[in-house]
Amino acid sequence: MTTPVMGHAPTRASWGSRVWSWVTTTDHKRIGVLYFVTAFSFFLIGGLEALLIRLQLSHSGNTLVSAQTYNELFTMHGTTMVFLAVMPLSAAFFNYVVPLQIGARDVAFPRLNAFSYWVFVLGGLFLNASFLVGAAPNAGWFGYANLTSSQYSPGLHIDFWVIGLQVLGIASIAAGINFIVTIVNLRAPGMRLMRMPVFTWMTLVTQFIIVTAFPVITVALVFLMFDRFFGANFYSVAAGGDVLLWQHLFWLFGHPEVYILILPAMGMISEVIPTFSRKPLFGYAVVVYSGMLIGVLGWGVWAHHMFAVGLGPIAESVFSATTMLIAIPTGVKIFNWIATMWGGRIRFTTSMLFAVGFIAMFIVGGLSGVMHSSPPADLQQTDTYFVVAHFHYVLFGGAMMGIFAGIYYWWPKVTGRLLSEGIGKTHFWLTFVGANLAFFPMHFIGLLGMPRRIYTYDPALGLDTLNLVSTIGAFIMGTGMLVFVFNAIWSRKRGVPAGDNPWGAATLEWAVSSPPPVYNFSVIPEVRSRIPIWVENGMTPVPAVPPEPVHVPPGSYWPLVAATGIIIAAVGAILKTLLVVLGGGAVLVVAIYAWALEPFEI
Amino acid sequence: MTAVAQHTSTGLDNRKLGFWMFIGSECLLFGSLISTYLVYHGRSVSGPTPDEILNIPLTSVSTFVLLMSSLAMVLALAAVTRGDRLWTRVWLLATAGLGLTFLGMQAYEFTTFVHEGLTIKTNLFGSTFFVLTGTHGAHVAVGVLWLLTQFVRSLQGKLGPEKAINVEITGLYWHFVDVVWIVIFTVVYLLR
Amino acid sequence: MSDQLSHAEHQHPSVATYVTVAAVLTVITLVEVGVFYIPTFHPVLAPVLLTLSATKFALVVMFYMHLKSDSRIFTMMFSVPLLIALAVGIALLFLFGVFTLGGGGA
Repeated sequence: MTTPVMGHAPTRASWGSRVWSWVTTTDHKRIGVLYFVTAFSFFLIGGLEALLIRLQLSHSGNTLVSAQTYNELFTMHGTTMVFLAVMPLSAAFFNYVVPLQIGARDVAFPRLNAFSYWVFVLGGLFLNASFLVGAAPNAGWFGYANLTSSQYSPGLHIDFWVIGLQVLGIASIAAGINFIVTIVNLRAPGMRLMRMPVFTWMTLVTQFIIVTAFPVITVALVFLMFDRFFGANFYSVAAGGDVLLWQHLFWLFGHPEVYILILPAMGMISEVIPTFSRKPLFGYAVVVYSGMLIGVLGWGVWAHHMFAVGLGPIAESVFSATTMLIAIPTGVKIFNWIATMWGGRIRFTTSMLFAVGFIAMFIVGGLSGVMHSSPPADLQQTDTYFVVAHFHYVLFGGAMMGIFAGIYYWWPKVTGRLLSEGIGKTHFWLTFVGANLAFFPMHFIGLLGMPRRIYTYDPALGLDTLNLVSTIGAFIMGTGMLVFVFNAIWSRKRGVPAGDNPWGAATLEWAVSSPPPVYNFSVIPEVRSRIPIWVENGMTPVPAVPPEPVHVPPGSYWPLVAATGIIIAAVGAILKTLLVVLGGGAVLVVAIYAWALEPFEI
Repeated sequence: MTAVAQHTSTGLDNRKLGFWMFIGSECLLFGSLISTYLVYHGRSVSGPTPDEILNIPLTSVSTFVLLMSSLAMVLALAAVTRGDRLWTRVWLLATAGLGLTFLGMQAYEFTTFVHEGLTIKTNLFGSTFFVLTGTHGAHVAVGVLWLLTQFVRSLQGKLGPEKAINVEITGLYWHFVDVVWIVIFTVVYLLR
Repeated sequence: MSDQLSHAEHQHPSVATYVTVAAVLTVITLVEVGVFYIPTFHPVLAPVLLTLSATKFALVVMFYMHLKSDSRIFTMMFSVPLLIALAVGIALLFLFGVFTLGGGGA
């Protein structure tokens, strides 16, 4: 390699040192890849849980799994998909793409970035280790009190959940702060905020929601932990406590959380659609401002998850109004995307198919969502499969399809090779057809009376056929995922080499090689446009070789050690052994000091 | 941290920016704890009530101690900025000392309450009070550790004016913890 | 070394300012405790105490944490979450019937 680079370059010499370079990496691109592989693995695990659920429900009176196992399956499916799949898949893109899009060499705090990843992996493993001891969380992904009390949920199931989620929260908040500072402070010259790519904007808003919403669920979980471990009374009815405290605190987090889940995907398709329409995004400012508005208004709607608890007419009216209001900035973007395509020269690549599929399915999910905003209507819909239909349309049809659009779009940038379009289109159609088969019938199943979270149902309900159709759809989706995995493997050796800008896209990440050099930009460009590659003089050129050596920060193992300290403490908590908790804490403190004192320059 | 001040889009230091965002995040943490305390206020079905057990004179003194520690902190920052090694150490140690005093008084308060029959299990007040003030106290403890670390760094001659930003950030943390106590003192003790 | 003060930040307040603020904080605390103990003030206890403590809060944040003289960006990063916390807190108080409104039960 002739490129003059300082710092440690990964050596091809030994397998051990290659693994070590990944373990100690502080490079946002590698951390992005690590997030992706880990998150996608958890996505497949969550998918397996879904398939088991659908198998159990494929006909009435089924006995494939017991009620207890079923409770664990739907709890872990939800928890996994929200915290271990969609969020970290988005994080993979925040990591890889954002520094490149803003013309930076890395994030503001590379070691903190690595720390977030390791805490995520270890936290996810911790949560799933519960299966190994037969104590997987089993009270739903939202863990309502006082079902989750020690009285009604004895054993370790909820302890794993309470501790695991707090650990994961640490990773998210740390990453949130990191990306906010990165986006605010490390932009290339000329990259004003309103020149940033929409994906970066949506990332910024998402991180802001994360750092404000996660503390609330942390508090809710801390209360639950104190109740279960130390006999506190936060959710104790006998002591005068109110179980609704949990619901309020949880949904104060939980509603912003759904915007955390969808905004990144919206950002991704806001890049994909203009690229494959060969037209700049229509109404960039509107899309950005509506994203910000969602971030703020998202704080005002939480009790729409509680319309059936008896809030009273004033509270219900207020939350109903705010919920209807938030449909506006959410829906406005749809018009922006369609207007972008209108009059464009559209190429239906796999990425574009997923983006258009997102629009279609998100509209359906948004419509059912707005139906929930009316409390009297919601009284029939809540806790039925109608709600399950809604959120799978927005979370799978929306967030996941958007993420797949992003995967097909940025894959060549990351790996240097394109995914196969033929295999990709097969993946798309299997996914799109499968998802609609799986989730559309749920609207009817729900309105016809099938509640959520039941492990079986009576044949007299007459819902066998619809449930079976849904199950078939789920398996078609599963097949689609296998096709994608095959595509990913195929592309490694047989994918078409990509070059810098295979799609002819407009933003900065496409101005460097695929994959980018370790230092991203040989020279940080000056940016003069929102679509720097598309306009004359939109950016200063980025030479192929740096004119002078570029400093690349070294790796560090302290982030991993710190994360390990946290997990040791978590294990100590599960084992109810103070010594182990303190040991973990000691490891963490030592790691923090070593981290602070080691020489490290970005 | 040894990162050199680098060019940033806003001209603001990365660490200071990140730390203010962290403080924003902590507003939600303490906000949720305080809201819970307020929501559950007066709903205990048994056990010692705030009226019976809270010691206003004691807590007024500890509040004053914490307020003065913020003064010491800001004087430490001024000392670091002008390169005054002696007074940097004096004020850092004073801040830590006042923080420890506050913690000592809290420990005394907690043990007194336990003897008087208020624990985390006793009733709603016990749970909300101990978790809220305990979380705050834990934050103070971390702050004391941080201050003592800076003090040791100063003794090692590694805390010159170019490191003032580190002390400033320590100060941001410390003042925030003080400010949270201002709210807790009013809401828990005076508005009982 | 033009180090910790970049051109985007202003000069920090003087020692005299710091000590003055500390004196004001002390006085306010004394007033708070006084108001607490003097029965005449009890009808207005809550508004008075909340105002006084809000003042202390603002003084520490603006002067000791330099928010008044520092970049607006820091102010935004602090005040937006603070506002969210306040709004949510007040909403919760209403929802749990702490302010008896006759409309919302928890």
